[in-house]
Amino acid sequence: MGLNETVYNLIFKRTSTMTLACIASAFFFERTFDLVTESFFEKYNEGKLWKHIKDKYQQ
Amino acid sequence: MAASVGRICKTALLKSPHVPTIKQVCSLSTSTREWTRGRKAFLGTIGMLAGGTGALLFALDRSVRASDLELHPPEHVWSHTGLFSSLDHASVRRGYEVYKQVCAACHSMRFIAYRNLVGVSHTEEEAKAEAEEQMITDGPDDQGNMYKRPGKLSDYFPSPYPNEEAARAANNGAYPPDLSYIVSARHGGEDYIFALLTGYCDAPAGVVLREGQYFNPYFPGGAISMAQALYNEAMEYSDGTPATASQLAKDVSTFLKWTAEPEHDDRKKMLIKSIGIFTFLIVLTYYVKRVKFAPLKTRKIEYRPKEK
Ligand code: HEC
Repeated sequence: MGLNETVYNLIFKRTSTMTLACIASAFFFERTFDLVTESFFEKYNEGKLWKHIKDKYQQ
Repeated sequence: MAASVGRICKTALLKSPHVPTIKQVCSLSTSTREWTRGRKAFLGTIGMLAGGTGALLFALDRSVRASDLELHPPEHVWSHTGLFSSLDHASVRRGYEVYKQVCAACHSMRFIAYRNLVGVSHTEEEAKAEAEEQMITDGPDDQGNMYKRPGKLSDYFPSPYPNEEAARAANNGAYPPDLSYIVSARHGGEDYIFALLTGYCDAPAGVVLREGQYFNPYFPGGAISMAQALYNEAMEYSDGTPATASQLAKDVSTFLKWTAEPEHDDRKKMLIKSIGIFTFLIVLTYYVKRVKFAPLKTRKIEYRPKEK
């Protein structure tokens, strides 16, 4: 049994598991996507954002 | 699932769906029919007209606009210029100091509250302290009188004058506009504010200024009722940055950019996200299209008329 077939039989064959798989992968995808884009934004704007300067003002 | 759908729809699923006739299929294809000469000419003309109009509009917009007696502000490279560049929040913080110590004497900023500063240029404690410095009119109390109290985070910036008439009376009849959205409200945005604040000079010969007017080539008409507000060392920054006139002007312009577009940073972050997600989706769409069309494009449709 190939990998494709295993995945199909375990997940995509039934609507219930398929739905679960969609929701779970959407959760993980969005989390990583947000992390990646936000860290790019923060690297790109190093030193300019409030996040980077707030330590100067907080006790 | 499939079984229950079948039970509900019953025989409807078994009927063959509407299939396009051969004629319809042929008219879907673009490769079998040539465009007529007239149609080609028509579409060509429309295309040229549209392109020409676009080019003309672009050229007009790029022109030097030298016909009117008004100096347009030079475009500067701000630290937030650029597709992905955020505002410089240290500069926003200094700009707030400039606004508070200089501009707030004449200009209101009615749409910004102290709570808006939290997490942008000030910590919560600092923003609270800023608010408490101001006495805010509140009321009426149970006697029907208005009273003063120290500001809270939820208060909007207090205005220097109670109404427009009072502001005009104190400024030779000219109304100092509310600065909350001034960057969006003027051509040239923050470049204009910077040029206006640093552009004061002596009036050239022939320009007559009335009492209380000053010459500023960037102000439409040249005669502005606001005196030059920023000079070298006009105030001191709390972070020790040398307070030259251009530094003050740059910081207050950045601050005004933030008040006019508080969503600025989020917007640019959203651009990065949409570029990422749409690249992914376009690739996916292209792939799915190829997969779905492969059998359609490779099949052959044949029409054999019934023999009589
Ligand atoms: C002495 C009072 C006073 C101070 C201080 C002052 N202004 Fe003004 N400002 C005015 C008046 C009055 C006008 C209206 C001028 C006019 O319409 O001729 C004005 C107009 C403006 C305009 C609008 C110009 C236009 O295109 O209509 C801007 C922008 C501006 N001020 C920014 C500032 C900034 C930024 C500061 C702080 C660095 C500041 N002003 C400080 C009185 C003041």
